[in-house]
Amino acid sequence: MADGAKVAGGLMVFVALACAPIWLVLARRSTASQPEIELPVGQKRCVESAEFMRQRHAALLVDWRDAVVREGLNRYVASDGREFRISLTGTCLGCHTQASAFCDRCHAYIGVSPECWSCHVRPSENP
Amino acid sequence: MDVPGLCLFFGVIVPSLAVVSFFGGFAWKAIGWARSPVPFHIPITCGQQRSLPWIRSNRLDNPHTPMGAALRVALAVLLFRPLLRNTMTEIYAGPKLTYAPSRWLWLFAVMFHWSMLVIVLRHLRLFVEPVPAWVLTLQRFDRFFEVGHPVIHASTVLFVLGLGLLLLRRLSSPQLRYISILNDYFPLFLLLGIGATGTLLRHYSNSDAAAIKEFVMGLVTLSPLAVSGIPALFYVHLFLVSVLLAYFPWSKLMHMPGVLMSPTLNLANNSRAVRHVNPWNPPVGVHSYAEYEDEFRGRMIEAGLPVDKL
Ligand code: HEM
Ligand code: HEM
Repeated sequence: MADGAKVAGGLMVFVALACAPIWLVLARRSTASQPEIELPVGQKRCVESAEFMRQRHAALLVDWRDAVVREGLNRYVASDGREFRISLTGTCLGCHTQASAFCDRCHAYIGVSPECWSCHVRPSENP
Repeated sequence: MDVPGLCLFFGVIVPSLAVVSFFGGFAWKAIGWARSPVPFHIPITCGQQRSLPWIRSNRLDNPHTPMGAALRVALAVLLFRPLLRNTMTEIYAGPKLTYAPSRWLWLFAVMFHWSMLVIVLRHLRLFVEPVPAWVLTLQRFDRFFEVGHPVIHASTVLFVLGLGLLLLRRLSSPQLRYISILNDYFPLFLLLGIGATGTLLRHYSNSDAAAIKEFVMGLVTLSPLAVSGIPALFYVHLFLVSVLLAYFPWSKLMHMPGVLMSPTLNLANNSRAVRHVNPWNPPVGVHSYAEYEDEFRGRMIEAGLPVDKL
């Protein structure tokens, strides 16, 4: 039964580790729901619909990069016919002035750190 | 808790039942193994046994201390060392018989298992809030090549490739195909399905990752909630993972705890130094010589036999 104790101990460590996320939320008493993001004031619609932007802003930015850098195009026609200048700093960040109040919140929540900011100017915390 | 029907079924009920089957079955099996007797002392020995002090013994492949045995188990778990000993036997015209090392299983198994570990640890970003720093560091290494958008993780490629090669290995050798049964193919296809749905989810579905995390955190806090913006593909991935969890304890996947519990690997080869008692031996009535002499001393002396005690 010396082995019995080892097996019981091993099983308990295994269950404790495998359920670690549950103990962590219990300890932190958090509901861990999606972060609040601060939307630009006085604006009704982003480049595309909110649903589209939530799901595909990253893909859209990659398409924009390819359009500008590889094809030399700098106009984007949105699905509702409005035209935009293709520019992260000029167009996107023109409205979303504070990355820390918008981009960074979701990015931190899901643990991504896009490479965009290694070249592009981050809208610093001056509004 | 207001989760609509199908989402409730695939997102909450099936995963919960799977978790119950996983932990329940896992404990059930492990306890069953712990209770089964080990009648013989049966470590596999692959080197010189410890004997006289001036004969060098192989401490790793023929360990004579529990420490040595633990080290051997650790190397088997971390590096799959036993698989390096695989050999392949072939007959050529002649007839000529050859034996050669065969390390494909080692290579493919290492690719698959290590990348699976990295993937599972990376998934913690969906289960813990805030995301632990070490998960981000692991992810950074995994994204080292910065290829594709979203960046393709090296572990994803190795996982799917390793599984594919393990499957090909089974299919390409006639001997191996002959001994392979459903229980060998099913986990490979299941894991390939998980890899395929996960990869599609990341690279083709444009999913709203924050919504998925919110849903997962709902499960983790044991208060499931309906979240909009989650693609159906996510539920397919989750369903296949649930099948894996539910199936795990009742299948060969239990080699995971099994490797730690196998007496061929975890016993020290010290059977000459330490007596191994077979636990299912019935109590043996022993009649020692001293007792024998006590019983027959008088008659032995009468018959002129030598006795120890007078
Ligand atoms: C401590 C953890 C583990 C260790 C040390 C380990 C070790 C091994 C080894 C040595 C083999 C090759 C065995 C053989 O075919 O002779 C193997 C095969 C396999 N393992 Fe694991 N394993 C572990 C955990 C897991 C887990 C958690 C899973 C699945 C979720 C898994 C899935 C598989 C599958 C599907 C195969 C069969 C490959 C084939 O077709 O031959 N393993 N494992
Ligand atoms: C409840 C458990 C799980 C959940 C909720 C889950 C969820 C997800 C999600 C949301 C993604 C997409 C990630 C992204 O967009 O970056 C993903 C990807 C993936 N998943 Fe899972 N998963 C689970 C378990 C597993 C398990 C057990 C395995 C492997 C055995 C696995 C293998 C993969 C793979 C290979 C990918 C590919 C993308 C990558 O992360 O590189 N998943 N999973």
